[in-house]
Amino acid sequence: MAKPNTNIDYNQTVISIRGLKKSFETNHVLRGVDLDLYQGENLVVLGRSGTGKSVLIKIISGLLTADSGEVLVLGKDMNNLSAKELRDLRIKVGFSFQNSALYDSMTVRKNIEFPLVRNSPKLTRKEVTMQVEEVLDNVGLLQTINQMPSELSGGQRKRIGIARTLILKPEIVLYDEPTAGLDPITCIDINELINEVQQMYHTSSIIITHDLTCAKATGDRIVMLLDGKFERQGSFDEVFNTTDERVKAFYDYNFTQ
Amino acid sequence: MDTPDSTAEQVPVKRPNKLAKSLAGTFTDLYNVVRFILRFFKEAFVPPYEGKELLRQCYEVGVRSLGLITLTGFIVGLIFTKQSRPSLSEFGATSWLPSLVSIAIMRALAPLVTALITAGRVGSSIGAELGSMRVTEQIDAMEVSGTNPFKYLVCIRVLATTITVPILSTFAAFVAILGGYLNVHQNEGTSYSTFIAQVFEPLSFLDFESSLIKSIVFGFTIGIVGAYKGYNSSRGTEGVGKAANSAVVTAMFLVFIEEIVIVQIIGWFR
Repeated sequence: MAKPNTNIDYNQTVISIRGLKKSFETNHVLRGVDLDLYQGENLVVLGRSGTGKSVLIKIISGLLTADSGEVLVLGKDMNNLSAKELRDLRIKVGFSFQNSALYDSMTVRKNIEFPLVRNSPKLTRKEVTMQVEEVLDNVGLLQTINQMPSELSGGQRKRIGIARTLILKPEIVLYDEPTAGLDPITCIDINELINEVQQMYHTSSIIITHDLTCAKATGDRIVMLLDGKFERQGSFDEVFNTTDERVKAFYDYNFTQ
Repeated sequence: MDTPDSTAEQVPVKRPNKLAKSLAGTFTDLYNVVRFILRFFKEAFVPPYEGKELLRQCYEVGVRSLGLITLTGFIVGLIFTKQSRPSLSEFGATSWLPSLVSIAIMRALAPLVTALITAGRVGSSIGAELGSMRVTEQIDAMEVSGTNPFKYLVCIRVLATTITVPILSTFAAFVAILGGYLNVHQNEGTSYSTFIAQVFEPLSFLDFESSLIKSIVFGFTIGIVGAYKGYNSSRGTEGVGKAANSAVVTAMFLVFIEEIVIVQIIGWFR
């Protein structure tokens, strides 16, 4: 599936990272990462498991703190935010978790309205219901509104996870392995949904994946994390048109399986 | 190259390191617990108050423990009375049974039994629930959506146990005294009004007060231990089991320690 045309504003950076380093004891995961995400862009971060892809977006969302380096999200320095500023910023930065992270004691409706009710306490019951139904309709799962997460398939859970992210109308969406553990057909559905979200909600996104089909279908630009740094970036073809054995091995593994 | 002497010298060098690490670990844990408790007091009493969720948690802790508390309280009262009778009858003092039962139940048994049951039923449930939420990134999901998970998950549960355990304890005392009454009535034929009069005769305001204070402290302990273990559980399903287990064991241990300390303190005021 070809990536639809998108309106990217290359003059406006929504995330800017310079010299980001993060270690866990002796494991140096990120060793000086530089990154820019532009307004309206879908940026795919590729890399093998354990290379720090998820650590990167957890730092962007404030779940982890950087050891050193500068992380600017919507112009705010993540290293110098008060609790309130961080909370306000998080409303604008959605996070779609690898395992969806749905609240398993709540129905789909409660899952989606949970962040909305807490961040917009003045909304009436009717307004909340309308917004929940609208976002569920946008991800094609309005019929599951009263189901429990345990009753949903893997693909449905991913969609509901994305819907819960979208209910706050974020400016940036961070996707952590959106197609992990799904069958190929459902992967295509999720890739399409990521592109639809970009079009409908005018979001900028970082998509963490090691699935090259997902990368090709959703990425306006692709960066590859190798040995704790972004070694290659550009379009899909630019990134993989190389003699670098590490990159070629990654490509061969994905497309010869 | 290692000589036999140099190898022998390594042994005493390693021991203090291990001890130092273990001590450092203990102090770090203690520091984290203190921080956790301070964070609770900092965040629990500021808006938003999440009244609905607090009521739901009180229901979970209170109403759902009621059956077990009723059964245990009744049996404790009944058995305690039955077992005390032979000793008192040796001195011809079976008429003191109601007083003995009321003092034992109000001062020690009701708060202690309630706390132990709640620690087993609720402490483990809080530990497992929060541990599972931590492992499946549900706590992270709350955090990134602009909700304060500490306030919503931890503060509410700790407040719920702190409010509910004293109520359960009072109820347990009532049921235990009822159990004692049935036994006394069956054996001595004491009327209900006489029994009740004898039950309240030896009790002072300090007894009710100390029972209430104990229950509040026990309730807080059960909630904070369960929440701390669950909220900070390590990754993986094994961590969830450990959190639940550790929540019960630690809470029960602390309840006994607190019982001793509070009894000592109350003793100074008698």
